Amino acid sequence: MFHPEELKAVEERLRAWEGTTLRDSLKKQPEWRGDFVTTSSVPIRRLYTPLDVGTKSYNERLGMPGEYPYTRGIHPTMYRGRLWTMRMFAGYGDAADTNRRFKYLIEHGETGLSVAFDMPTLYGYDTDAPEAKGEFGTCGVAVSSLRDMEILFDGIDVANVSTSMTINSPAAILWAKYLAMAEEHGIPWTKLRGTIQNDILKEYQAQKEWIFPPEPSMRLVVDTFEFGSKHVPQWNTISISGYHIREAGATAGQELAFTLANGFEYVRWGLERGLKIDEFAPRLSFFFNAHNDLFEEIAKYRAARRIWAREMKETFGSRNPRSWLLRFHSQTAGVSLTAQQPEVNIVRTAIQALAAVLGGTQSLHTNSYDEAYQVPAEKAVRIALRTQQILAHESGVANTVDPLGGSYFVEALTDHMEEEAYQYFDRIEALGGVIPAIRKGFFQQEIANSAYRYQKEIEDKERTIVGVNEFVVDEPAAVEPLRVTTEAYERQLGRLRRIRKDRDPKKHARAIEALRKACEGDENTMPRILDAVRAHATLGEICDTMRVVFGVWEEPLLY
Amino acid sequence: MPKKIRVLIAKPGLDGHDRGAKVVARALRDAGMEVIYTGLRQTPEDIVEAAIQEDVDAIGLSCLSGAHMALFPGIVKLLKKRGAGDIVVAGGGIIPDEDVPKLKKAGIQAVFGPGTPLIEIVQFFRNAAK
Repeated sequence: MFHPEELKAVEERLRAWEGTTLRDSLKKQPEWRGDFVTTSSVPIRRLYTPLDVGTKSYNERLGMPGEYPYTRGIHPTMYRGRLWTMRMFAGYGDAADTNRRFKYLIEHGETGLSVAFDMPTLYGYDTDAPEAKGEFGTCGVAVSSLRDMEILFDGIDVANVSTSMTINSPAAILWAKYLAMAEEHGIPWTKLRGTIQNDILKEYQAQKEWIFPPEPSMRLVVDTFEFGSKHVPQWNTISISGYHIREAGATAGQELAFTLANGFEYVRWGLERGLKIDEFAPRLSFFFNAHNDLFEEIAKYRAARRIWAREMKETFGSRNPRSWLLRFHSQTAGVSLTAQQPEVNIVRTAIQALAAVLGGTQSLHTNSYDEAYQVPAEKAVRIALRTQQILAHESGVANTVDPLGGSYFVEALTDHMEEEAYQYFDRIEALGGVIPAIRKGFFQQEIANSAYRYQKEIEDKERTIVGVNEFVVDEPAAVEPLRVTTEAYERQLGRLRRIRKDRDPKKHARAIEALRKACEGDENTMPRILDAVRAHATLGEICDTMRVVFGVWEEPLLY
Repeated sequence: MPKKIRVLIAKPGLDGHDRGAKVVARALRDAGMEVIYTGLRQTPEDIVEAAIQEDVDAIGLSCLSGAHMALFPGIVKLLKKRGAGDIVVAGGGIIPDEDVPKLKKAGIQAVFGPGTPLIEIVQFFRNAAK
């Protein structure tokens, strides 16, 4: 980006500065620690200059927003054209409880919906399954039946709002329930917009909400790609997620590398099915964490866009620029929230959200300050949403595209992130690819190592966490409690009983049998799942059918 | 040489958040203890069986999904029923303050919330084995 002669002059000036101004300053005031590192322990130098950007071509490395390689953003005008979607992840209790929370959030200005499901739903169990004991509605909403899905979106205009669903192993089933619900309202699927997370690879690596082994799981994912591209063209059939990889302990570089490696693996599986890349790749979307270290996070998003665009175009031969775009949702780092002095989390979340916005996110969830204790209470959620609104309307950061583009530091960090990602791609390939590496526990061990190192740094006070290992106060945390009610649990159990009693048993049995056969064969399972849902088969019944055919995954044990 | 302290780190219920459990397992190992990690989605019966089979001194339970009240006390009860009431049980995770006294009353001897220093947990298990 700089002429060699200019760089030579800068280098001379730098050396002179080091020998005079800097040297004198360090004599008077030495730096207060030996190493300055990012949240991910990447060493950061005192000063970055044009020398760190060098003679690399601006047009090749950065280009213009809305154009390859999209380093500066996927839209030509970014937030001047449209602000990011403010999409708060929400769910607790039964569908009626969560429906009220959705309406509350819409009333306060959120612009997209995002469903958090409870643990039994994530694992494909109905609320009344023995495995679900104690887990109803505690960290998300229970959706066992089509009726639950109807209640969840009651009075919400699903034709005109986009809905994201954090669901993975049983993603196809919950999506089918959403599609069936829209069908009942007479809304054509072509009008529906939204996302299913549907990223099973990172479940084995990090979030651990897996049911089936990798191969049948990947088949279900590709079934949704294929079905979506034909019938629900505006739906993102996957959200390839680094968020949970990071939450489990990965560094920013690992989050970036593992997420993109997973992305390429989905592309390969789609191609193996015989799908054309530009038929399904435009509907692949991404999801990243927004952690504490502002510049490291911004660099991560920028590197992600550049790598994805390059690999889609150069390696996979995509011709449609829509396939080159890395569109992403982001969420502030849940793992960074402290139980100590919880109000301080509002500040952490604001800085993290700023990183996501400066990094060009398409949608954003901001965590609530009370989430080291519970699913958030109303007031805490509203403050989290207000944080985004302040960024959008008061801070001025959305006025121009990629405001940090050209910063010597941010560009150098972006390049560093990119290099680290390619090193990991090589290591993963050497292990035989993503799925063999999962079987060997590679990702799991890398993540566990980083998590332990981070914790040790806090223990050893190499890393300061305000309120935890420094600036500690001894006072009880003031958090407004939110508990799931027994009434909600009873409502949910009653609904399940009624559904099983009232549905047509012959139609139900036929649909389950047809689904079982589809799972045993190689047809696309989506139409059969939809029929089962329409026949009021519950989530647990559908997953049990699949468990019998596909088996269940057992992960390598390590720590 | 004194006998090594043996600890079972267990994940009851459906919760998949295993970062904390693994970090604690490693800290206990680094502190010289024998650590057995159960892996995810263990029933109370699985955990009690593993604890008895492995002849552990203590169990550390981890749950971040909110199901701790439904899962932790039953494990203590089951241990007693199997004649293994001498095994010390501690728990950790996302646990509201108001649940802590209830868990202690149910025989969970310590509850470690977010931000607990590892050294505190290590010290607890050292004392537990005495």
